[in-house]
Amino acid sequence: MTLDAQTIAHEVLLTPTGLAPSDLDGVMQQLLRPGIDTADIYLQATRFESWGLEDGIVKEGSHSIDHGVGIRAVSGEKTGFAYSDDMALPALLEAAGSARAIAHQGQEGRQEIKTETPRVELYLPIDPIDSLCEVDKIALLKRLDSESRALDPRVEQVFVSLSGSHEVILVMGQDGALHHDVRPLVRLNVSVIVEHEGRREQGSYGGGGRTDYRYFLDGDRASEYAREAVRQALVNLDAEEAPAGSMTVVLGSGWPGILLHEAIGHGLEGDFNRKGTSAFSGRVGEKVASPLCTVVDDGTLPGRRGSLTIDDEGTPTTSTTLIENGILKGYMQDKLNARLMGVSPTGNGRRESYQHLPMPRMTNTYMLAGPHDPEEIIRSVKKGLYARNFGGGQVDITSGKFVFSASEAYLIENGQLTRPIKGATLIGNGPDVLTRVSMVGNDLAFDTGVGTCGKDGQSVPVGVGQPTLKVDSLTVGGTRVQD
Amino acid sequence: MSTLPPSTPSELSLDDLKNLVGDCLEEARRQGATGSEVGLSIESGLSVSARLGEVETVEHHRSRGLGLTAYLGQRKGSASTSDLSPKAMKETVEAALRIARYAAEDPCAGLPDPELLAQDCENLDLYYPWPILPQEAMALAIRCEDAARGVHPDIRNSEGAALNTFEGIRVMGNSLGFLHGYASSRHSLSVSVIGERDDQMQRDDWWTVARDARDLQAAEAVGQEAAQRALRRLGARSLSTRQCPVIFAADIASSLLGHFIGAIRGGNLYRKSSFLLDYLGKPVFPDFVHIEEQPHLLKALGSVPYDAEGVRTTPHHLVRAGVLESYVLSTYSARKLGMRSTGNAGGVHNLIIEPGPDNLEGLMKTMGTGLLITELMGQGVNLLTGDYSRGAQGFWVEQGIIQHPVEEITIAGNLKDMFQGLVAIGNDVDLRGNTRTGSILLEQLTIAGN
Repeated sequence: MTLDAQTIAHEVLLTPTGLAPSDLDGVMQQLLRPGIDTADIYLQATRFESWGLEDGIVKEGSHSIDHGVGIRAVSGEKTGFAYSDDMALPALLEAAGSARAIAHQGQEGRQEIKTETPRVELYLPIDPIDSLCEVDKIALLKRLDSESRALDPRVEQVFVSLSGSHEVILVMGQDGALHHDVRPLVRLNVSVIVEHEGRREQGSYGGGGRTDYRYFLDGDRASEYAREAVRQALVNLDAEEAPAGSMTVVLGSGWPGILLHEAIGHGLEGDFNRKGTSAFSGRVGEKVASPLCTVVDDGTLPGRRGSLTIDDEGTPTTSTTLIENGILKGYMQDKLNARLMGVSPTGNGRRESYQHLPMPRMTNTYMLAGPHDPEEIIRSVKKGLYARNFGGGQVDITSGKFVFSASEAYLIENGQLTRPIKGATLIGNGPDVLTRVSMVGNDLAFDTGVGTCGKDGQSVPVGVGQPTLKVDSLTVGGTRVQD
Repeated sequence: MSTLPPSTPSELSLDDLKNLVGDCLEEARRQGATGSEVGLSIESGLSVSARLGEVETVEHHRSRGLGLTAYLGQRKGSASTSDLSPKAMKETVEAALRIARYAAEDPCAGLPDPELLAQDCENLDLYYPWPILPQEAMALAIRCEDAARGVHPDIRNSEGAALNTFEGIRVMGNSLGFLHGYASSRHSLSVSVIGERDDQMQRDDWWTVARDARDLQAAEAVGQEAAQRALRRLGARSLSTRQCPVIFAADIASSLLGHFIGAIRGGNLYRKSSFLLDYLGKPVFPDFVHIEEQPHLLKALGSVPYDAEGVRTTPHHLVRAGVLESYVLSTYSARKLGMRSTGNAGGVHNLIIEPGPDNLEGLMKTMGTGLLITELMGQGVNLLTGDYSRGAQGFWVEQGIIQHPVEEITIAGNLKDMFQGLVAIGNDVDLRGNTRTGSILLEQLTIAGN
């Protein structure tokens, strides 16, 4: 018999300490004293495990359990917050007392604008940790180790890691409605080091999503991770110094969509725009990209790592159009910033755990497919760079400057890919880089389920995507100065 | 010197926590573990932020965590929990042993060599609780931000000021009889403001941190420094691509030492994923460079009496006259390399590079024409190859004088060459962290711009 998510949430979070929904109502009444505009109670239990293979053996395994409650009271722009890993009623009442002390006399809070977004279940309420027995988990790791080594004699080291988590949440807002979610998440990764005539290089590939471990036994998927990791490492053995300076850059589809996450994503989070600290503040309605660019943040893609049925404030996720045909349309909002800006929340209120405050965060950020053939895009470049894979990136949302680091790239000379070059960091300016997108491919792809975003000390899983696209000029941080 | 508290905010004393760790070690033994290691930490704190003269958030922190590694011979498993009840402890031990049963025999796995474990817990003067009330914390944050905003009318916006105060107790024990713990505290005040001129916005920040709140820099000084930094970034523009010498300002020069430590860390060495593989006894830096670790400096931010496994920490040289004298090893990585633990499980503790005679202005004069970097972006550092490529912000310098601020550039090179090409270390040592260094002048990097 499979349980539904709501039953699971109640059994995991309320039953152990004998809490009833009416007890939560009682805590909420304690929170909603004069001067408090909004409040929420967030209960969470997370179970996590990881396994690591190295030197051909499973050396490492860990398991963790964390549970607690975070209680928040908001008065105007002020937030009081307390949390406890003790989920019994007295602890909740104590935390509520600490949180509501933020109340400020004479505050006239703005009212929240409700959303009509329906709730759509985007994943099954399963616990991935028990979806494979230990013997099968280890067999998977060992199989990928053998396959990776068999692909090429230059493979010297192989690291395979598997992790899974099961997160259960309940959140009650000041309207008394109790929202639940049960969120699985899995991830498998293969990293290799290759060696040839004294030179060593590495490659890494993996994926996952909001499902269980059997996802990795589907068809050829896990073997593809091994093949890709080895292929990238071998390409790097031949990589030469990267050029330095401004040039045309073609970005591959999928994970290179980190361009969007860094260049415009963070800059379009509601908190920065409410405060006016973002380079995109006050620019709704303006042209911030070429007309070929439409970019959305969509939390409703089924089963993706960056997706959520509801955000961590109980708001169902939605697809938010950020840029439409080059024009800035809107921001991503959590409840607090939406209320202060007089708009609806967009289901982007996320928090790392019950110990953290929610804030606007991305879900799956991607650019819609365009009209061009990817091969045509490369052929159109006389001299430039094709960056197919990336590591991570970073952005200064006030100045607008952002970076992302290529991990697999090639020179383009007269429309052909010629030599592989070493990973270099690319730097640009968010508000104008997309205005220089002159070709957008028809091959939209999403990342394989590997993204983690950090903001203000809080990490959350995210997704990115894009088609192959051409940026007329971007600064490439290589070591070889061009003539 | 402060004595240990009779009780902690969670009403558990050091002795109570030691008893809990002892109980957990006993439970592991009872369930069949041949060896085990348990860490327990309790932390509490207050975070207050203010923006534009008003309180923004008040967060009360309280967290607990128990982590355990259990061994079945040469097989190991780890588990952790935030629940300290006997039931949760028992389940955590079960979880760790369940994993250990499936893990493979690893000849290098196991607890540290007993003779390397710390025999006692030296008091390093790390605990200075600060009973500041939320209202007082708010006032301090607001004062800091007010000072920043009052520096110049071009400071038009603010991300706010934040005051954080934390205290905690960490206890560690293992089945070899090690059982020690100590309390520590950490307080900080920071502010981030935005300058605006000619349609350009630039933000910068400053912060102060200490074990003892009385050692924090004054709120007004922190605010003024943040504002000055934001203002001097205004008018920033890119540069044309070129090669030139580069100075890493003191507060970001620590990143260079961080890459060095990463390259000599046991984990990267035995995996052969370091560009400094087999460099022990060889020159890595020029002969005026001396780098050491001082884990027992009283009140210092990186000080610990023993490492993450309980191994005694000792002051020692990492680099003398430019030559690499020691790797950074834990018990496991040392065994993989056929060496001994250097007391560095969990990292280095108070890394110090000997400063040169000149201050930052002196370094700029020595450099003549080149780039002064004050901020770095992105992760483009490959410790396997030493390849280095990161986004940067700073100032273009000619004849030792700043000409204009610079942004939207990258700096690139290879760490091996960068270390060999280290020209000078300034005496403007930044004491606000685990690494103490002045500004560092490097001979040459490639700058990519427009």
